Amino acid sequence: MSDFPENAKVVVIGAGIVGNCLVGHLSDLGWTDIVQIDKGPLPNPGGSTGHASNFIFPVDHNKEMAFLTAESQQQYGDLGLQNVPGGIEVARDEVRLEEFRRRMTSAKAWGIESELLTPDQVKELVPFINEEIIIGGFYTPGVSVVDSLETGTQMRLRAQDGGNLEVFANTEVLDIETTEDQIGIKKVSAVVTSRGRIEAEYVVIACGVWSDRVANMAGATIPLTPAVHQMADVGPIDVLAETNNEIGYPIVRDMDTFCYERQTAGSMEVGSYAHRPILHHPDSIPSNEEAALSPTELPLSQDDFDPQMEQAIELMDMLGDAEIKYAIDGLLSLTPDAMPVLGETVEVENLWSAAAVWVKEGPGIAQLVAEWMTYGYPHLTDPHGSDIARLYPEERDYEHVCARASEHFNKTYGIVHPGEQWESNRGKAKSPFYSREEELGAVFFEARIWERPQWYEHNAQLVEKYGIQERETEWDSRWWSPIINAEHLALRENVGMVDLSAFQIFDITGSGAIEFAEYLAVNKIDVPVGRAVYTPWLTQNGGFHSDLTMMRLGENHVRVVTGAFDGGRDSFWMRKHMPRDGSVTVVDKTREICTIGLWGPKAPEVLQQLTNLDLSQEGSPYGHVIDGEVAGVECSLFRISYVGDTGWEIYTSWEEGPILWDALWETGQEHGIVPVGIGVYGLTGRMEKSYRLMGAELESEYNPVEAGLARPKVKAADFIGKDAYLKMRDEDPAAILCTLTVEDLTDSQGRKRYMQGGNEPILTLDNDRIVDSKGRVSRVTTAGNAPSVGKHVLMSYLPPEYAVEGTKLQVMYMNEFFPVEVAVAGSGGIFDPDDLRMKG
Amino acid sequence: MKILVCVKRVPAPGARINVTEDGFEVDSTHLGFTTSPHEECAVEEAVQIAEVHDGEVTVITLGPEAAEEQLRYAASVGVNNLVLLPIDEVDWDPQRTADALTKAITEIEISEGAFDLILFGNESADSGGFQVGIRVSHQLGRPIVNGIKNIEISDSEVEAHREIDGGFEVYKLPLPAALGVKEGINLPRYPTMKGRLASKKVELKTLEFSAENGGQKRSKLHRPQEQVSETVILGTGPEAAPAIVDLLEELGVLQ
Amino acid sequence: MTLLVLCDHDRGVVSDSAYEALTFAKPISDSENISLQAVLIGQGAEEAAKSIISFGVETVNIATHECLTDYGPEIWGEAVKQIANENAAKIIVSCGTDRGNEVLAHVAARLEMPFLANCRNIQIEGNSSSATRIQWGGSLLEDVTSNAEVQIFSVEHHSTDPQPLSASGDGRIVNFEPDLDSQLTRTLVVDRVVRTHGITLTTAPVVVGGGRGVGSAEGFASLEELAEEIGGVVGCSRAVTNNGWRPHSDQVGQTGTRIAPEIYIASGISGAIQHWVGAMAAKNILAINTDPEANMVTKAGYAVLGDLHEVIPAITAELRNRRNS
Repeated sequence: MSDFPENAKVVVIGAGIVGNCLVGHLSDLGWTDIVQIDKGPLPNPGGSTGHASNFIFPVDHNKEMAFLTAESQQQYGDLGLQNVPGGIEVARDEVRLEEFRRRMTSAKAWGIESELLTPDQVKELVPFINEEIIIGGFYTPGVSVVDSLETGTQMRLRAQDGGNLEVFANTEVLDIETTEDQIGIKKVSAVVTSRGRIEAEYVVIACGVWSDRVANMAGATIPLTPAVHQMADVGPIDVLAETNNEIGYPIVRDMDTFCYERQTAGSMEVGSYAHRPILHHPDSIPSNEEAALSPTELPLSQDDFDPQMEQAIELMDMLGDAEIKYAIDGLLSLTPDAMPVLGETVEVENLWSAAAVWVKEGPGIAQLVAEWMTYGYPHLTDPHGSDIARLYPEERDYEHVCARASEHFNKTYGIVHPGEQWESNRGKAKSPFYSREEELGAVFFEARIWERPQWYEHNAQLVEKYGIQERETEWDSRWWSPIINAEHLALRENVGMVDLSAFQIFDITGSGAIEFAEYLAVNKIDVPVGRAVYTPWLTQNGGFHSDLTMMRLGENHVRVVTGAFDGGRDSFWMRKHMPRDGSVTVVDKTREICTIGLWGPKAPEVLQQLTNLDLSQEGSPYGHVIDGEVAGVECSLFRISYVGDTGWEIYTSWEEGPILWDALWETGQEHGIVPVGIGVYGLTGRMEKSYRLMGAELESEYNPVEAGLARPKVKAADFIGKDAYLKMRDEDPAAILCTLTVEDLTDSQGRKRYMQGGNEPILTLDNDRIVDSKGRVSRVTTAGNAPSVGKHVLMSYLPPEYAVEGTKLQVMYMNEFFPVEVAVAGSGGIFDPDDLRMKG
Repeated sequence: MKILVCVKRVPAPGARINVTEDGFEVDSTHLGFTTSPHEECAVEEAVQIAEVHDGEVTVITLGPEAAEEQLRYAASVGVNNLVLLPIDEVDWDPQRTADALTKAITEIEISEGAFDLILFGNESADSGGFQVGIRVSHQLGRPIVNGIKNIEISDSEVEAHREIDGGFEVYKLPLPAALGVKEGINLPRYPTMKGRLASKKVELKTLEFSAENGGQKRSKLHRPQEQVSETVILGTGPEAAPAIVDLLEELGVLQ
Repeated sequence: MTLLVLCDHDRGVVSDSAYEALTFAKPISDSENISLQAVLIGQGAEEAAKSIISFGVETVNIATHECLTDYGPEIWGEAVKQIANENAAKIIVSCGTDRGNEVLAHVAARLEMPFLANCRNIQIEGNSSSATRIQWGGSLLEDVTSNAEVQIFSVEHHSTDPQPLSASGDGRIVNFEPDLDSQLTRTLVVDRVVRTHGITLTTAPVVVGGGRGVGSAEGFASLEELAEEIGGVVGCSRAVTNNGWRPHSDQVGQTGTRIAPEIYIASGISGAIQHWVGAMAAKNILAINTDPEANMVTKAGYAVLGDLHEVIPAITAELRNRRNS
């Protein structure tokens, strides 16, 4: 009951697994004067950590989560607070077995020991299982069970013993105060609590299901919703009690019923992700005092759990006669895209989020956030999938959060395809061409909020023309169409028009615009007006933060054009680093400017028919922007190509866009113009040219030298990550981004298989993983067809000894091995390597 | 042996019980519901007696439709028959409740034979009226003793123990009889998964009875004023022992 | 018209609860201007009557009948009903003990009148009364009204501090022989078994309580030792009995025993409401807990922060030291 301090360097709100590990890691990284508060008592303040099942299945298809989980297991183990009973996922149907083969592949990628088991082998490990109803198992000996509460206590103690932390339980946050600077950016200043007001330079919100509510006090958002995960503890059961152990048998995940069975001493905990999504509003969560058990352990809605009990009994008959000693609707946090929400909030400077985190990845994520706060960007792993800035305002809308959370809750144990599309709450952001695209039978895929045509059914007749084959397996053809390849070839033959209106466009203006633009970009932005520069933005550590185009449009005017997946992160990055003296203004022009990509050998002809502008290589040189009328509409023509054929990105106003579209469409008819979807633009087109994609090849763990994007010279101006950039240029790269061709797609059943770009490991001919000197594994960053060359193409970073053209390796896919060959080491594509077509 | 247990659905609250804005009932927004604890033990006792004496257990409740949950729970731990007397209001006063129960029990007994033993909870966890069981038994003309923590059945009588300070009193009631049971008589079992699933198939009989209001009427519920006490910290760890003994001396409890 | 107070006694020794009921009832009889009378039943009633008279009660009614050999809820209820009728009782009161509530419920059933159990205060006006009574063991209060020719209610135990009544003149003892059906002897106590000699949870001046924090049945050994050293008894929370570490008879709480010792030493008890309502009548509470924010600590008058497994033996040792020196 010591006196509550009046100020602190950082206030961490929340004493669950995340908040506790965070204070420990901050202390380790040299932070002092940390104050941690929680409205509940210690060691269990009543949040989701208190009722977590505490088991960790390390195999995850997602690299970011797999790394953070592995790191967390390491940390739990180092504290001696981890048991390793192993775990078995069991399959009741054939589709699940195929998923297990995919899991074997991911396990191999991350170096996790795992094995496929027959029902009898499962029975040997779990003698009380009904092997009659299962057809196989996926066994991971490294599945562990951790003590998350004690880990939290130890991590707090670590910081307390270091003299860097004061902890206050039973201290409720009542308000978060902010100040506003002269350009209107809010910054956190103090936390008002039930014990008093504390001024703080930084505030971290790590309060799980309550995070959004607390963030709202500062005017920030942390989009997540509390949702129910049901569980029951049944026992006592003799066979379990006889182990005399907290956990003596492997944890069983009954994947096809979305249930798990986990021993806890003499009892079995049965948990479910199968029931209907049950979401709660944060305001409806009871207080510690009001709750019968704890705020996040609500009374079981029994009817929802009954079907799972039947399935559990079916799997383990002994469970039927065990008493249900404890059963709850446990609350956990779900976000709109099933990933955590980490990093500085976009609305309030120095107000950080560390929320929607499971026990399995808690310590790793705490370290990630601590590094992020310390270094400006984390070192542990690339966080772009969890970065809270990824979420557009439309994704923070309560209805949207609930819709998506409801949709993905039942996919917790589901089989989620790498190309899986969301079904709920679609159509939040549409281009001005949307209705025209609908008429052409566009199949829309969502880029965060943006609807983009992936392909057009209108082009179905081209499939036959180009002789495109269907894929043989349902999995490989899911979220895919042979039309994509047909559109690709039609573009190569004639001309295609691509709707690029989902481009995120920001105008940097003001007296400090050029200096600021230089500070962001690796490449020189202070170029003649009319030039456009393709450039990385680096993290402080020299990894990729972004990869985009910056156009010098005026003396004090730079336009930033970036992808739909990265608009949120990039606009936040600009706001975070912009000068605060008013010399720079950044304005989002995304919804004012629409874009059509016009590419193909006949693109110049089509365009010339609609404009008097000189479209020759001299009049409209590559990498330059020229302004003028096209079809009577004022446009900017940017000669560039992300698909490998000559052409332009044509920018015009949102209002006049449809006129431009119609003119191109009509004029293009005689030239065989086709509407082309993102399936070509984002994949087949770029893959033939080995163009890199942010978030796939490009992430903060890799640098421009490794990605083959370093330019011969380094500009004089300072920029973020420059020191690191200079250093890496002097070193030999630990890995080089390569393009590989799959030499034989045939699997053991004689079917052609097509890797999806889901982190499939590249292996030596001896089936060994390839790990570079920085410990990074070689895995497929993108996989796609190259229809012009008739190959399936992969990109992967390889250590220099393998990054040699002609090197023969293997790729693992669905637990099988396929021969691959390094086609290109470094930049340069397998199609038109001399870029002859780009010159028109 | 036919046994009847009368139970009440009550909220399962935490450390603070909130009251609805109109002050008329407990705010159950965050709460689950349970069988009042003494009655949960009564159900367990009935099931145990039935197991030994080849009996049949009926559980009856007067409450909202949702009280089916408590009846099903009873079925999940081994009760055979379920009877619901549905009411629309929050709670009936004790006299009205007793009248309705008496009528229902009488009717059930006419059609299905008399109960040898009727068990009540000593008092309900929420309203704590201490009287419904006694009123019902009086109207049925059956003996009843409250506060029972042990029951032995023989041919024609039931021996019941009632806890008193430092020991217990022994009662011997001729059957048919009624008893008010207290928590501690047993440790109620939890339902098994199979029990739970089977309980959903047990028939639930709904009986409707009107009864006149009694004389007691609720105006409102409210929380007592929080006792604000300044806690005197005598010390930390074993070093506090002298201060504690000083306090004990001061209070004069050391002989 | 009279106000009858049913007084509990144990073979002539009047219980504190009886004095509480009398103290509570006195101002009501004064304001209603009706006679305050006590009712005593059972073995030793004459002896008890003397104490009650010296407490200041003017009239004590003693029920005598050959069937009234021992306590029996039905026969007591019938006897009180008849005394009430005989004396034109307008109000019947008892303390809210197990017996008090039980007998009054029988009286109410027989008179077909409402019965308000465990009242904290009551205002009576004519045939109607408005009272505040406890629910949830005292966690909630219920304001009720009651319309009845005879107002029957019990007084929450431990809510009133017994004070001798200021009475004029000498009290008198009236014997009354009710007309009792021998059938009602069916619920008489037939035997009494004493398990503990001496002090109990309800009578001990010191109760040493243990909760979940004690950790095991064996963990209670040091609590036993301290209780013995100090002349107290051991109590426990519901979590402890649910875990099977102690018998239910040791449980302090809403569904266990209500205690009112001079001091309650609550160790390793978080202070859930269920427990608190059983302990709140203690004159003093000392909480021993590692968590300074535990409910028990914040509600207690005194607290020691620390592990009970260290603190409790240290108290015992300190007591022994002082005794030996």
